[in-house]
Amino acid sequence: MPLDPSFIGKVYPPTEPYEVGREKIREFAEAIGDTNPAYRDRSVAQALGHPDVVAPPTFPIVLSSRAAAQVVLDPQLGLDYTRVVHGEQHFRYSRPVRAGDVLTVTVIVDDIRSAAGNDIITTRGEISTVSGEHVVTALSTLVARAPAPVGA
Amino acid sequence: MTPQVRYADVEVGTELPAQTFPIERADLVMYAGASGDFNVIHWNERVATSVGLPDVIAHGMFTMAQAGRVITDWVGDPGAVLEYGVRFTRPVVVPDDGRGALLAVSGVVTAKGDDNVVVVELTARSGEAKVLAKSRARVRLG
Repeated sequence: MPLDPSFIGKVYPPTEPYEVGREKIREFAEAIGDTNPAYRDRSVAQALGHPDVVAPPTFPIVLSSRAAAQVVLDPQLGLDYTRVVHGEQHFRYSRPVRAGDVLTVTVIVDDIRSAAGNDIITTRGEISTVSGEHVVTALSTLVARAPAPVGA
Repeated sequence: MTPQVRYADVEVGTELPAQTFPIERADLVMYAGASGDFNVIHWNERVATSVGLPDVIAHGMFTMAQAGRVITDWVGDPGAVLEYGVRFTRPVVVPDDGRGALLAVSGVVTAKGDDNVVVVELTARSGEAKVLAKSRARVRLG
């Protein structure tokens, strides 16, 4: 059954504050095999004009996907999570995430549509500091694949 | 520190140094832990094949992170990236055969704009498959 388009525009409550730690940034950088010293060495980051080590550009997914789980798992929306694949991802940065940031995510349902039997939902995570400074917007498009025909 | 590329030295058509990233199962396990994405299809072959995949596949976000290194290694400062987006078109299949997969990423400058901003488009392939589309970043150069 197609998803209810009346969910478009729905705003979910902001997430609990997430404090970005230097060691978490280092762990993430190591997991993606990225040796850039701006992720590890505060003096290198400062020489580039940042107050502390910065996080890799895709790091905000750690916060935004957790926040988007509110939508994905919303029983009223009824998305079949077992059929969900990641279709698109987009980040728009006001500045890089950095160590010491205390961030919260507000998730908005930007779009719901249907194509070839697939349900397609785009969520927008507005990631800001707890004092209200915008840091990054994360747009995620998730595709719930159409169930396979019986017997297929 | 990686070299800083300057706006004045870049033209439409300037190519970024291409890179090939080997991906093994252990990388996906590390990424699962670091990112918090423990979806079983990224580490368990039995479950992956049961939902119709050829084998375990890499997290899309892991692939996006690898591809992004071609940009951040080029500019040096990760904070130069103003915008970065991709569409996931094909999965990166990571077999448990001691070799894993290879992800080959190249990039090219496709536009120069105001305020030292350039647009970079990436191409990412694993084997014959083009795994990303619309893979594009806006970057502010020095």
